[in-house]
Amino acid sequence: MCLFLADGLAYSLVANRGQFGGAFAPATKNMNIGIIKEIKPGERRVAATPETVGKLIKLGFAVTVESGAGDGASFRDEDYENAGAQIGKDTTALWGGSDIVLKVQPPDMHPQLGRHEAELLREKATLVSFLWPAKNRELLERLAARKATVLAMDLIPRITRAQKMDALSSMANIAGYRAVIEAASFFGRFFTGQVTAAGKVPPAKVMIIGAGVAGLAAIGAARGLGAIVRAFDTRPVVREQVQSMGAEFLEVELAEDGTGEGGYAREMSPAFIAAEMALFEKQAREVDIIITTALIPGRAAPQLILRSHVEQMRPGSVVVDLAAEAGGNCELTRPGEVINHRGVTIIGYVDLPSRLAPTASSLYGNNLVHLLTDMGGAAKWQVNQQDEVVRGALVIHDGEILAPPPKPKAPPPDQAKKPQPAPAKPAGKESKGGHDSEVNPRGQVMALLLMAAAFLGIGLFAPPAFLAHLTVFVLACFVGWQVVWNVTPALHTPLMSVTNAISGIIILGGMLKVSGLPTAPATILAAVAVLLSTINIAGGFLVTQRMLKMFRR
Amino acid sequence: MQTSLVTVSYLAAGVLFILSLGGLSTQSSARRGNAFGIIGMLLAVVATALNAFSQVTTQLQSIGMLAGAVAVGATIGAVVAARVAMTNMPELVAILHSFVGAAAVLVGIASYLSPDTQLTGVEATIHEIEIFLGVLIGAVTFTGSIIAFGKLRGTIRSKPLLLPGRHVLNLSLLAGSAYLLYRFLGVPSPDATMELLIMTGLACVLGIHLVMAIGGADMPVVVSMLNSYSGWAAAAAGFMLSNDLLIITGALVGSSGAILSYIMCKAMNRSIWNVIFGGFGADEGAAPAKSKDAGAEQREVVSVNGEATAELMREAKSIIIIPGYGMAVAQAQYPLYEIAKLLRERGANVRFAIHPVAGRLPGHMNVLLAEAKVPYDIVLEMDEINQDFPSTDLALVIGANDIVNPSALDDPQSPIYGMPVLEVWKAKTSIVMKRSMASGYAGIENPLFFRDNTRMLFGDAKKQVDAILTALRETK
Repeated sequence: MCLFLADGLAYSLVANRGQFGGAFAPATKNMNIGIIKEIKPGERRVAATPETVGKLIKLGFAVTVESGAGDGASFRDEDYENAGAQIGKDTTALWGGSDIVLKVQPPDMHPQLGRHEAELLREKATLVSFLWPAKNRELLERLAARKATVLAMDLIPRITRAQKMDALSSMANIAGYRAVIEAASFFGRFFTGQVTAAGKVPPAKVMIIGAGVAGLAAIGAARGLGAIVRAFDTRPVVREQVQSMGAEFLEVELAEDGTGEGGYAREMSPAFIAAEMALFEKQAREVDIIITTALIPGRAAPQLILRSHVEQMRPGSVVVDLAAEAGGNCELTRPGEVINHRGVTIIGYVDLPSRLAPTASSLYGNNLVHLLTDMGGAAKWQVNQQDEVVRGALVIHDGEILAPPPKPKAPPPDQAKKPQPAPAKPAGKESKGGHDSEVNPRGQVMALLLMAAAFLGIGLFAPPAFLAHLTVFVLACFVGWQVVWNVTPALHTPLMSVTNAISGIIILGGMLKVSGLPTAPATILAAVAVLLSTINIAGGFLVTQRMLKMFRR
Repeated sequence: MQTSLVTVSYLAAGVLFILSLGGLSTQSSARRGNAFGIIGMLLAVVATALNAFSQVTTQLQSIGMLAGAVAVGATIGAVVAARVAMTNMPELVAILHSFVGAAAVLVGIASYLSPDTQLTGVEATIHEIEIFLGVLIGAVTFTGSIIAFGKLRGTIRSKPLLLPGRHVLNLSLLAGSAYLLYRFLGVPSPDATMELLIMTGLACVLGIHLVMAIGGADMPVVVSMLNSYSGWAAAAAGFMLSNDLLIITGALVGSSGAILSYIMCKAMNRSIWNVIFGGFGADEGAAPAKSKDAGAEQREVVSVNGEATAELMREAKSIIIIPGYGMAVAQAQYPLYEIAKLLRERGANVRFAIHPVAGRLPGHMNVLLAEAKVPYDIVLEMDEINQDFPSTDLALVIGANDIVNPSALDDPQSPIYGMPVLEVWKAKTSIVMKRSMASGYAGIENPLFFRDNTRMLFGDAKKQVDAILTALRETK
């Protein structure tokens, strides 16, 4: 199943990045992949693990890993060598010798070499990494100047088929987990409630805002530690996912669906935000830990936890802001830092996935392997713009900066707002007793007049004997009408067979007419009538009995 | 035997018949109700017979003939009742209607040929009208029921036969009968026998034509309508014979059939006139249905197999099964209940939901499920269960189509728009068991099949249900 969810990493689309490029790139043989050591301070991840290097080699690529690239994630050069990779000592040579460069962070100025990494990239080579093209316009120009082909891992479309390559989701998952661990390390109490010989310890209460991949991972981690977890999200469709993780789903009393395009949340109305604020303020007084993961594509993160909320939290409480890089969901967040505001710790780390470097590297490396597999491996390598996934991630093709791809599909229809179905008319029950409310008054008057006329005519001309029969007839109709409405629908078939049987009462007519001479036509006809109605009587009653015997509790 | 004694017996029989119908209001009192009906009938027949024997004019041979007819009739009835399969109940009911119709015709003609007393003036006219109407209604019931029987058996194509100018044909048949009535009045018996017989012929054609024009999913309405007619025929016979018991019984049966027709029509959101004269889907409904078909071909359905269905069932905590005519055809109710039993033993809440027009007879599905020993308290009506679908994990639709069509609620273009349906798509997952992608009797595309939470299980219902059962048993 595809989870269309918001998460802890920004996702944005840039307008008008140029024209569409050609549909196919020519296949190349003997392709070298370079795994570059990350230069950004504090970045411990690496674009390949020994395990994924093995997979890349199986795909037919030759892999060279920069010496020390795996240090931050606890992978040694020997491990890579054992997996079949070359180790490159010379950074410039490695960049220059690679057909495909795999990285985590976008290229940047290299502190030791004094050159920008984009310039190290060989001409017409391919680069795959996180890129954030929306805020790295200048970088795009640099890469385009190298006539490069660039795939941004942050732009992999979030469709079911591309889940295995969705690096944003795999990183968000880690960030959500790590957020809880960070919170726990700053929080002075147990997460789980305990009753010990020394006394009772209450469980920690955790509120998670935004139930995307990161939010759900955080719920799982916090539940795993034994905390009481509540989660809030503007999209009602995630309620079940939240509940299935064992958390309570918080709701504001205002009905508004925050489901936006491509499974992300959208911005809400002022009334909704006011209701939301009231909810957060109330929760801030109750909970010990708040983890926020709310992001709206292409915008600054919404401010959800205000200074006043933080000041109402108990001293010792912790706020972890996963949206720190996009401005933060908490008013007090300082990106990349941990601050203490009146006893409340506010964690604004922007490198949470990197703090779990081995796992993050492994998942990211696998995302890359899946992408390269889909693009044909070394033997059938091609940049196919018809492929929705490739087209989505492709920002530069042979030096040409591409316009943003078509937007991701709308969420599945059952999540979108359905048109209000017209109220169905309830089945016949309400008109029991024959008071049909739909008959128009004029028709009713007409019917009454007709009936009155008929009665008048009958009263004037009909003989008394006929009137007596008519009385019986009309009353019997009404009795039948009342009695039959009470028959349960489940017994309508037995009702039909029993009425079949009793309408065999017409046998009396036959019996009364049999009395004449046996050869008279009337007698013969009557005898046949008796025969037929006897079949009815016997058959009807017996089959009813047989049916009714079957009904049991 | 005294006449008043006979009258009192008739009164008692009438009361017993009313109690009999009243008894059917709940399952627990239903068998007692049937017993009341039998007692009432015996009482009426015995009283009439004793009265006839006590009259001097009665010939001994006639008594023998009567006894013979009763014996033969009772034997045939008993054998048929014992042998008929529950799936064939609609046919049995239809053919029994035709017997009542035929008997009414015969009694009418017989009573015309051997008048009891000489009536004069208005009384004579009224009596003649009574005979004429009794025979007319009887004849329409007779041939109409035979056609219905043929359609239900499949010997006559179920598709509505829509002759050009069919309304004109019906009207001219009625007009012809009216003219014959005019000629019939005032002529002493038996001189107008020819008029009566010709009218009988016209009425027979009318009955055939009326029912030929209706088909498919409208059959339940037709059958209950004919039920009503057979009652009116009996009542008309009562008028001509001045027999109150016949009048009472005829009125009871007539209104019972009328109510059933009304319920069926409500459940299809159509007026009775539309059903009787409409020819479903033939006129306004056809065009939009076609255009939707074209659009639908590109959409894809997700199909599953029996094992995957069993898998889904194992995980579901609450399941609603919606049977339709397809279940009856395939005789799948027995293994279906085995599945329900297995799942209930595992703690799942399994229930059956019955739409009022499911099957070919009002309440047909209930009887079939009862035959498979499904306890009736887990078999629920549409109104009782519709609000439970959103909290249901799995809805299993077996051999039903139009009664679970969401376009009845959200597509004003649909010919069945406004018809109350079972809202299975609100369940977390729904599985639709069908022979193929063909549309139902209404001939309309069903958007349910293309929903994201719908899985299609193609194939013969019996085989598929057996497959699910096997898969469920293996993983006990």
